[in-house]
Amino acid sequence: MPTITYELADGTRTDIQVDVGANVMRTAIDADIPGIVAECGGAAMCATCHVYLEKDSASAFTTISDVEEEMLECVAEDRQPESRLSCQLYVPEGIEKIIVRIPETQG
Amino acid sequence: MKFQQQPESRSHSYPVPVEGVTSLDFDPYASEVLRDPYPHYEMMREAGPIVWLEKYGVYAVTRYDSVRNVLTDPETYCSSAGVGLTNFHTEEPWRQPSIILEVDPPEHTKTRAVFTRILSPRALKKLTSTFEAQAELMVDRMIEKGVCDGVKDLADAFPIKVFGDAVGVPKDGREHLLPYGDMVFNAFGPANDRFKECLANLGPATEWITKACQRENLTPDGFGAELYAAADAGEISHEDAGMLVRTTLSAGLDTTIFTMGNALVNLGRNPDQWAVLRDDPKRARATIEEVLRYDSTFHSFYRTTTKETELEGVPLAREQKVLVFVASANRDPRHWVEPDRFDVLRKATGNMGFGAGIHGCAGQMIARMEGEIALRTLASKVESIELLGEPILHFNNTVRGYTSMPVRVTAKNH
Repeated sequence: MPTITYELADGTRTDIQVDVGANVMRTAIDADIPGIVAECGGAAMCATCHVYLEKDSASAFTTISDVEEEMLECVAEDRQPESRLSCQLYVPEGIEKIIVRIPETQG
Repeated sequence: MKFQQQPESRSHSYPVPVEGVTSLDFDPYASEVLRDPYPHYEMMREAGPIVWLEKYGVYAVTRYDSVRNVLTDPETYCSSAGVGLTNFHTEEPWRQPSIILEVDPPEHTKTRAVFTRILSPRALKKLTSTFEAQAELMVDRMIEKGVCDGVKDLADAFPIKVFGDAVGVPKDGREHLLPYGDMVFNAFGPANDRFKECLANLGPATEWITKACQRENLTPDGFGAELYAAADAGEISHEDAGMLVRTTLSAGLDTTIFTMGNALVNLGRNPDQWAVLRDDPKRARATIEEVLRYDSTFHSFYRTTTKETELEGVPLAREQKVLVFVASANRDPRHWVEPDRFDVLRKATGNMGFGAGIHGCAGQMIARMEGEIALRTLASKVESIELLGEPILHFNNTVRGYTSMPVRVTAKNH
């Protein structure tokens, strides 16, 4: 089973085992991980589920769509090359460990 | 409640309802249900994860998880057959289908991307100060009057002004937008007397809105103009642009008005909750979220199966309408603690008042912004909201809100 590690801005880490296909935002919400607001609930409208994907994890996921690109321009904390919207991330096959860093603020 | 034998099916590959599914003769569009739908929702939630509504020949989902599952699987549960009871694949719709609401990917994705850009948080930031100034004016006027109508003086007036300006429609005649929106939302339900009466009383609304959506009648800097600019850029057709202005207006006004009215009514009925907000106006955004959960504006709409599938263990045929009760999901005790308590301190995110998934309301960020600014302004300036009479409920097949709410407001002592 793949594991998603959520790292908060203060360095606290939480590991959660998930199935392939799990959504990174929804997994965080269901596990009450702080720092991912997801106000729009995954409709790609609010840009409040911003995360930074650790490099090894980044290449495993699908590329950024036009809609996600648009929303990444709206994130509250600095957009970086590893920035993604966690609502758009579904755990792919063939990866065991995913590390996402949660920004200090979502707006 | 009467439980009936399963009727013989003529047009389905499965008998409907499938054995073991509770069949109800319940009419979710009856006036006595619309007056207070929540006990009825509880009855349906407890009858099973999926029930059959024999009056309309549809399955219905009312629990949080089943509603979410349907809404987040647009490949199986599509919108292109219409999000109302009418199946556009087999019946004539009352108007041309909308290319954002009543369409599936990949067409939907293209249109949606235009809205995502026009209504993005970044784009909306530019409107904040204008909205705030307008809210201040209106709240000051309410305080001056003392005895006023929370719906007419704020819930109606604020979105008509700021949203109308943001879209860029002419100032004169905006009142026509409300009956048109009322019609659109009635049409998501059956062609019942409520629908027929609404259609008969539409009057000049359709003509006004058609004119208002033409490019030459829009201001050069509003959402309407931006939709036409997207057409100039080749993202959508010019005909589509006009239609999307219409969709923006019909989807974005009545709903916001009702949400704001529902906020005021619930704060008026729960002085302890009003006190929490008044003492900390920053909670305005969380309050709107709780209003969307506790007293959802949108109650129900449909999806249609694209193929044979299984939902909650029940086999469904292709082209089967499924009625999705988001307002019931928002009160499901399987998901929410004390769901029937209005609590502005609650974390209500994850409610499905704006739907969920790819068809989740495209205007939800501007709707939240309007609600937040209106409530924050009210909470900053007003000490008490005293209900002077029972608020007047508006009856619509799909959306729920108030047309009038007599109140006395008193200013804060600064």
